[in-house]
Amino acid sequence: MTDIKINLLVKVWRQPSTNSVGSFVDYKVSVSPDSSFLEMLDEINNDLEMKNLEPIAFESDCREGICGTCGLVINGQPHGPIPKIATCQLHMRNFKDGDTVWVEPFRAKAFQVMKDLIVERSGLDKIIAAGGYISVNTGSIPDANAMPISKDVSSLAMDAAACIGCGACVAACKNASAMLFVSAKVSQLALLPQGQPERTRRVQNMVKVMDELGFGSCSNTYACEAECPKGISVKNIARLNREFILAHMKSDNIEA
Amino acid sequence: MNWLFRSLNSSIGKKVIMAITGISLILFLLVHLANNLTLFAGPTTFNTVVKSLDSIKPFVRVIEVILALIFIFHIFNGVRLWYENKIARPTPYAVNGSSKNSSLLSRTMIQTGSIIFIFLVIHLSTFWSAFNFSDLHQTHTYYEFTADMFSNVYYAIFYIIAMITLGFHLNHGFQSAFQTFGWNNKKYFPLITTLGFLYSVLMAVAFSSIPIYFLLIGGN
Repeated sequence: MTDIKINLLVKVWRQPSTNSVGSFVDYKVSVSPDSSFLEMLDEINNDLEMKNLEPIAFESDCREGICGTCGLVINGQPHGPIPKIATCQLHMRNFKDGDTVWVEPFRAKAFQVMKDLIVERSGLDKIIAAGGYISVNTGSIPDANAMPISKDVSSLAMDAAACIGCGACVAACKNASAMLFVSAKVSQLALLPQGQPERTRRVQNMVKVMDELGFGSCSNTYACEAECPKGISVKNIARLNREFILAHMKSDNIEA
Repeated sequence: MNWLFRSLNSSIGKKVIMAITGISLILFLLVHLANNLTLFAGPTTFNTVVKSLDSIKPFVRVIEVILALIFIFHIFNGVRLWYENKIARPTPYAVNGSSKNSSLLSRTMIQTGSIIFIFLVIHLSTFWSAFNFSDLHQTHTYYEFTADMFSNVYYAIFYIIAMITLGFHLNHGFQSAFQTFGWNNKKYFPLITTLGFLYSVLMAVAFSSIPIYFLLIGGN
């Protein structure tokens, strides 16, 4: 078994804190094509720590594409060049020997850089807190067949619920808009009977908080759908628009 | 009425304004094109058509005011959205990967829109003002005036470039309006996208055909 390695020049955004000035730092790496992108960064960090230097700060948790923690912009694309995967699922075999790889944090006014590649994404949590929930009665689990839901509708809701809240849509959008994220969260609940009691309030409040946090508006470039690791469809944005327009037309609430 | 202003000022509200005014302008262009194409029927027909519009001037003026408001809302909101969206990402990316995830036309609406705006100002200050407030008003030689204007190569080429830009703007705008209204599903959206493409090609080709025609026949 030969130990083939590829040599890369990795340019990583280094920024000590939110208010300090950041810049790109070059790292020359020799890495196995079988290692993942995050493992490559781990190797750089091992080297840095051995030299008593500050390691690159980046986020990761599950490393299997389901938690949405590891978001990096690699060569201008959130989660790198391969569609429908998170950064942690990207492998070095997708790069060629001698390539230059640019690694940047997600950029948006609403996503401030905290350190190096870590950004503050609690804005997405604030949007969820504004309405991404349902009210349920406590008690035992309801019978599975008590509430008929067609397969088509449950599939649409599940497709929307696949959103892992990584923020790649915001990072990809030229306007740093969070519409795909919000639309997925609104859709998964608006489609199902459990989501009906808060249906109008939910969409009004979530869009309101989204706007307040400084996310941009949607230009329908559909870059978000192209970069989403879970392939969330922009049809959800159409549904969000529909829900929003109808909520404002139908509801009696003049405060929203 | 505060709730109405608030909802129209939200991110989705502003998009809805863009979509409604955009669709209105798309419909206006059809009427405008139909009028223009009568140029091909010769001086008598075209001059009669424009003259007949002159006879219902008060009605035309009302329509013009509404049209002006639609234009102003579309332009004002477009510039406002562009500015706000720019602020939403203060630090740009070192590597711009947008060509890998979106189409150029969808990302350049403000640029194509600006060119169309420059065209609009020139168009109003030449054709519209001449048709409404010059001697043409008495002589009714609109056809001859148009032929004369387009005998200028630079003016004709500027028109052709502006109309191709308009086609680019419409190609994204047409389907974008329907997406904003929430009308995107498997059955209709491919139809809307195709219709928008055909419409934008029709507008670019048909509007450009007039300066090309006058260039070819040499102004007469």
